[in-house]
Amino acid sequence: MSPTMIHAAERDRLLASYPDVFRRSFWQRWGLALCAGVTVLYLAVCFVAFNVGPAFMQGRWDRAAIYVQDWYSWRAQPRLRFVDDAVVPQWSSRRQYPEGADIDWLRPMANGGYSVIYDGEGNRLDVHPDRVDIFVDGASYPVDITAEGVEPPEGAPAGVVFDGTKVMVDYGFEGSAEIRGSQVYVQRRFLGWANFFFDIRSPFWGKSFGEIANLALLAERVDPDRSNVRHMVDDFLGNSAWQHADILSKLLQTLVMAFVGTLLGTLFALPLAFIAARNITLNRAANWGMKRLFDFLRSIDMLIWALFFTRGFGPGPIPGIAAIFFTDTGALGKVYAEALENVDEKQREGVKSVGASSVTVNRFGVLPQVLPVFVSQSLYFWESNTRSATIIGAVGAGGIGLKLLEAMGTNADWDKVAYMVVLILIVVFVFDGISNALRSRLIGKPMH
Amino acid sequence: MASGTAENTMNGLGPSAAAVMRHYQQQLRTRRIYTVLAIVVFLVALWASLDFANSANSGKFFERLPYVFDFIRNFVPDSPMEIVRAMFDLPSPYADGSLRYDYTSERVYITDGFYIPHFIYQLIITVNIALIATIIGFVLAFLLCFFASTNLVGAGATRWVVRRIMEIMRAFPEIVVAGLLTAILSIGPIAAIVAITIHTIGALGKLFFEVVENVDMRPDEGLRATGARWVERVRYAIVPQVLPNFVSYTLLRAEINVRASTIIGAVGGGGIGEVFRLAIGRDHAAKTYAIVILLLVTIIAVDQFSSWLRRRLIGQQFLDAARGAV
Repeated sequence: MSPTMIHAAERDRLLASYPDVFRRSFWQRWGLALCAGVTVLYLAVCFVAFNVGPAFMQGRWDRAAIYVQDWYSWRAQPRLRFVDDAVVPQWSSRRQYPEGADIDWLRPMANGGYSVIYDGEGNRLDVHPDRVDIFVDGASYPVDITAEGVEPPEGAPAGVVFDGTKVMVDYGFEGSAEIRGSQVYVQRRFLGWANFFFDIRSPFWGKSFGEIANLALLAERVDPDRSNVRHMVDDFLGNSAWQHADILSKLLQTLVMAFVGTLLGTLFALPLAFIAARNITLNRAANWGMKRLFDFLRSIDMLIWALFFTRGFGPGPIPGIAAIFFTDTGALGKVYAEALENVDEKQREGVKSVGASSVTVNRFGVLPQVLPVFVSQSLYFWESNTRSATIIGAVGAGGIGLKLLEAMGTNADWDKVAYMVVLILIVVFVFDGISNALRSRLIGKPMH
Repeated sequence: MASGTAENTMNGLGPSAAAVMRHYQQQLRTRRIYTVLAIVVFLVALWASLDFANSANSGKFFERLPYVFDFIRNFVPDSPMEIVRAMFDLPSPYADGSLRYDYTSERVYITDGFYIPHFIYQLIITVNIALIATIIGFVLAFLLCFFASTNLVGAGATRWVVRRIMEIMRAFPEIVVAGLLTAILSIGPIAAIVAITIHTIGALGKLFFEVVENVDMRPDEGLRATGARWVERVRYAIVPQVLPNFVSYTLLRAEINVRASTIIGAVGGGGIGEVFRLAIGRDHAAKTYAIVILLLVTIIAVDQFSSWLRRRLIGQQFLDAARGAV
């Protein structure tokens, strides 16, 4: 590019005709950079003040990987105990297999031991009563079990570690094992959610989809008292590991909180907004009082209302409804009153001029103008309340929020957390769709 | 209902006008039937929901109502001054060594003589959580939104992916993010910041790309004619137009985030929310009222400040700063 030469006269002419471009104020020049600089400085100060660095360094990231894996996979955790020249598998109360089930990755061996298969025949653990053979990529590393403890293998690869008392074997995602003098603690991980449909007590456990369909449609009754379909539904809802019935009813509680709270808020805000609107109620004191009431209801946090009503009514959907109702009456009342103050006065005048009473004037002169706006605002609030009802629930009002908090508190039920998150996402998306469709029909233009 | 009136009106009308009248009344009847049906369905749904809520609650509404009033009546501090003492960590004359009247032990000393009262300190944390989340959320939403708008990105796949990411971020329950991070990083404000940031990105991103889709495309065309790259077009044609709207939405979001950070605080994020949950759970009336007043004042102040700033920024000075982006 060749620089363009400009005569002095041309230059002066340009400067004179476009002063905005060449002589910019301090704010125009430095405003953006100044704002950005202050923001970065502020973030840096907060970074130090909140100890972000140390907190991340001390974070238990090894556990984080396990927690995240638990969202989409499950672990079988048998303990293979060495008892009198035999190996006895022992399962915890969270066992995923019924007594005596045929498990394809945990095979008994002829000498009383068990073979734990991680990834094909090359990556397995042969647990003999007196010895454990670790197979990594086909190569074998024997670990002797003695009365004193374990003898570490020689020349073991990186995945096998001896820490003085136990040998730890890591097979990556497939699982891991801890070999001790008294037992082998096996962790075997699989993709998916274990026993999502039927728990181990159900006669339908472990059946393939084809077998289930066959049982449901053609086969004899498993339980003579009820049909197989009924039996399946009962067993599904009563699944002790996943608690479908409980989770679904808690989800319904959350939805009811949002629905009833918003609906009651709308029903109460509607008449109150007519009092608050300056052009409709010609009483300054009433307008002012009603608007301050709205401000008060709105400004007290939903959290405060929720905790307050939880103390009063006890945990459950009622405090949630009350909290949403109180905040929404304030918020909707304010929005409604503003909409009412912006109505077209001509229609009111028209109705008034034929001698209508004030109720009739508002019914036919005002309401038709504002109703679409009102309904659309209420739908927005309903949508956002469906989300906030989850959090309100966690604070103590019950519903799916509390259930989520309980599941997270155990640090072992992340699969259940994932299940509830999926349910919540589905519900939020479906409701967004419904409310968008209703709104676009009311206002007459598509939102997207 | 009005067969008499209908006949009367029809009697006075000609045949074609009578037909119109008949049609009109028929339509009116259909509409009334639909309205009544809709109201009935609504009432049934409301009744069923209320009944379900009542039976699911641990205490029934009408049984518990007297307790609610008792609770309000008994939940008063020993004297109004107690609220002030709790708020500013002054020693209480009722002190008996119990936690209820212990206001002084949690002072946060800056120097030997000067301290920040505990509640105000927690409030500062809460407000800062909201601020940081808003800033980071704004930056990320700003970067994302251009990839979601139809007028800037031709590739449908990119747009679809970015929009779905935003939707999931918006709908993902905040407590789950907070809970997962609390389990990893232990209790602290970081979990709350991340949880609120994620929601902010989703919520602002959606508003932002809707603004971007409604911009005037003529500056963009002009730049394209000079052979400007995509980044330059966005930078010089789109950003100056949308920045005022973006900032206005961000300020509104900041108001919402202050509320969100108190709530997240109550479920494990720290800050004033947690202190409040403990205070009301332990029946410490003076502390509870002190926090309610502090929160009320803060939220009103933040709302007022943000609407003042919005008015001011959308006014001259901000437009100057935004023009500085050109």
